Amino acid sequence: MTKVTLTLAARFIILVLVQVLIFNHIDFMGYINPYIYILFIIIFPANNNRTLFVFLAFLLGFCVDVFSDSGGVHAAACVTLAYIRPVFLKFSFGTVYDYQSIKFNQIDFGSKLIYFSALVFIHHLIMYSLEIFNISKVILIVQKTLFSGIFTIILCLIITILFSQKCK
Amino acid sequence: MQQIINFVLRNKTFLVFLLLLGLSLFFTIQSHSYHKSKFINSSNVVTGTVYKTANGIGQYFNLIKENEALLEENRMLKSIVHNLDVDTMKNNLRDSLRLNAHFKFRTADVYKNSYSQSTNYLTINKGRKDSIKVDYGVITSQGIVGIIENTSQNFSSVLSILNTRSRINAQLKKTNHIGSLVWDTESSEFAQLVDISKFAPVAIGDTIITGGQSTIFPKGILIGTVNSYKIDGGGDSYIVNVKLFNDMTNIGHVYVIENLQAAEIKSLQKPKDD
Repeated sequence: MTKVTLTLAARFIILVLVQVLIFNHIDFMGYINPYIYILFIIIFPANNNRTLFVFLAFLLGFCVDVFSDSGGVHAAACVTLAYIRPVFLKFSFGTVYDYQSIKFNQIDFGSKLIYFSALVFIHHLIMYSLEIFNISKVILIVQKTLFSGIFTIILCLIITILFSQKCK
Repeated sequence: MQQIINFVLRNKTFLVFLLLLGLSLFFTIQSHSYHKSKFINSSNVVTGTVYKTANGIGQYFNLIKENEALLEENRMLKSIVHNLDVDTMKNNLRDSLRLNAHFKFRTADVYKNSYSQSTNYLTINKGRKDSIKVDYGVITSQGIVGIIENTSQNFSSVLSILNTRSRINAQLKKTNHIGSLVWDTESSEFAQLVDISKFAPVAIGDTIITGGQSTIFPKGILIGTVNSYKIDGGGDSYIVNVKLFNDMTNIGHVYVIENLQAAEIKSLQKPKDD
């Protein structure tokens, strides 16, 4: 149990630092930044306490917000993401699947891709809507969500594959 | 009573979610109003230290460019000093010459810079300890950068001109027609000058400088050149697309300007506003 907690704490700190020091400064084609820190929420063990999980997600978003001077947009997006995650777990892996016991490094690529994409796009849409905060710029919101989302999904998949603990 | 407690316990995840969502929305809305983003900003100790460490490493990669910029500024200053005579004093070879003794300059290093969001901020390594206060102007040798928005003991955050909340008094260099410099989030190379009278003789290539109307910047700090312009919807003012002199994506060292007469000017203007 302690080992799991330690891994989670380390993952939390590393993801925040990597996000604010490296991935916030990529600015591919001027505005496309991947937000890989939500990987923490995506691959958080599914059998844990949900209240704690929502709170941790808030803390994660809040840390990124403080570093990038963005008010509370990341926190809001992360909290929402953490709260609605069970819906997407069922949606991507099927209701027959007992999602309490999902191991994220043992699922097949297709459902993983669907699961990742859904969560990433939801997160980006909430985040960019709050950041731009202007209904007349809805095209810009969708455009940023789409491009940054694709970038984030690719990076998240690469990272999970690289750091997967399963050795073949 | 029992039922209320049961309800809270049953729905505790949902309630925590609502509470935290409300809190983050509160922070978001607060960050959209000027001078109220006090709670969350990157000028605190933790973020300042992290950015300081990262900057300590990253700085070395820009040394060549920084040296070139300094050399260029030195050359410019030397050419002014050695050619200083009555003629140039009149013509003001370079506008920064007009800055006289009631402005105090301090140097600072940029620890964090962003330019791809719609509300961009910089973090610099000087704070209250170095007498930096809110509403001081920030420039580089090439042009304008932003305004100090928050300060901590050792760090300050700067509201970049690339921020939808930024609004800076600016004017044409050749005439005194004033307008406001805003940003439409489209590109980090361009800002927009709005509310400039349609009777102003705007032409492509004209230089835009800061106006003397605010107490933040001295008159005549360079901003950029006119890239294109059009009449706005109302029909009585121009919207001018300004190509910034500063490369906002590459800022290493900045100057912080203190206006020593700001308090005097503000106290003089106050009764008129009432």
